[in-house]
Amino acid sequence: MYDTGKIMTGLAAFLVMLTLPFWYSAATGKAGERPDPVLPKTEKKCVESRQYMRDYHMDLLNRWRDAVVREDRHIYVSQDGTRHEMSLNNTCMKCHAERAQFCDKCHKYLGENPFCWDCHLDRKGVM
Amino acid sequence: MDESRRAFLKTAGCAILGAGLAAPIAAPIASAVAGAVSAEAMPGELKAARWALVVDVKKCLQRENCRACIDACHVAHNVPLIKDPAHEIKWIWKEPFKDTFEAEAHPYLEKELADKQVLVLCNHCDNPPCVRVCPTKATWKRADGIVMMDQHRCIGCRYCIAGCPYGSRSFNWQDPRPFITTGIKPEYPTRMKGVVEKCTFCTERLVKGLAPACVEVCNKVAGPGTMTFGDIRDPGSEVARMLKTGFSIRRKPALGTEPQIFYLV
Repeated sequence: MYDTGKIMTGLAAFLVMLTLPFWYSAATGKAGERPDPVLPKTEKKCVESRQYMRDYHMDLLNRWRDAVVREDRHIYVSQDGTRHEMSLNNTCMKCHAERAQFCDKCHKYLGENPFCWDCHLDRKGVM
Repeated sequence: MDESRRAFLKTAGCAILGAGLAAPIAAPIASAVAGAVSAEAMPGELKAARWALVVDVKKCLQRENCRACIDACHVAHNVPLIKDPAHEIKWIWKEPFKDTFEAEAHPYLEKELADKQVLVLCNHCDNPPCVRVCPTKATWKRADGIVMMDQHRCIGCRYCIAGCPYGSRSFNWQDPRPFITTGIKPEYPTRMKGVVEKCTFCTERLVKGLAPACVEVCNKVAGPGTMTFGDIRDPGSEVARMLKTGFSIRRKPALGTEPQIFYLV
């Protein structure tokens, strides 16, 4: 094999670079920051379970939108049978009153830029 | 020949294996995403076979500088106040009689009446040209006759503006929010740059059992009967009774759009 030394050094350097995040967090003892959305204090439970909301809130909102705007149906029946008015402005934002404290936390972390806020407002009238 | 058969079998085997592995992962996602939302109508919602509005022009003209209905509507729906007529946004406004009812205008029309300001808004036509030309179904006629707008679907092509013979539709040439000088109401969304907007007969209020904002405030300010909202198909309704007993006209009826705003004259 030619240039064994150079190749092995290069490979070793590459491996170190590749695993650098692990070494870094092992050395400093702190991992990368996680988003910390502030949950509302007034309510314990959202319209669906926490896991469902995490996974499918964007899809749920799309279906709410279509039901309200296009089908004139306004009451959501959740999986556990509770009923809620389908409204981003008036139901979601009633508890999650500050968009910056809840929605934006994860959206910014993930580089998401949903266009809800082009028109909808949070409870404080903040755009 | 042998080689290509071998390659085909390999590919087919991989594809079947891949589909088999993907199915258990994809199935719950697909069912969660595709499932129709379990939803009901709002109890107490005002319903009609055909919504219509009757404006008593004589009563309205008695209060020449009244803007109660216009202000109530525009504040409730976060309609921006833009002075430039090329950019202005209007849901309900006033036009001179000679322009509102151009078919009724003639050179001998009382000068006073010709320039009188008549209340105009979306006519919620039975045969709406805006709906016919919309390429995305962002605007459509509901079962109860309301010509509704879905801002989420509007692509801003402005065909509907070209189609509407009444000028009832406005285009947002710019972000409207800086022009909402009365304070933005968070209960109702604003619009964004690049969408068309117009009167919706206050669908968000009908759901809550309330009459449209313009009618409600007009009843308070000008007394009942100046603006009357109701089900035109219901023979017992107030609007049906008014049209039976009074003489009414509509805007540009010859166009065949079948407007559902009736003017008692």
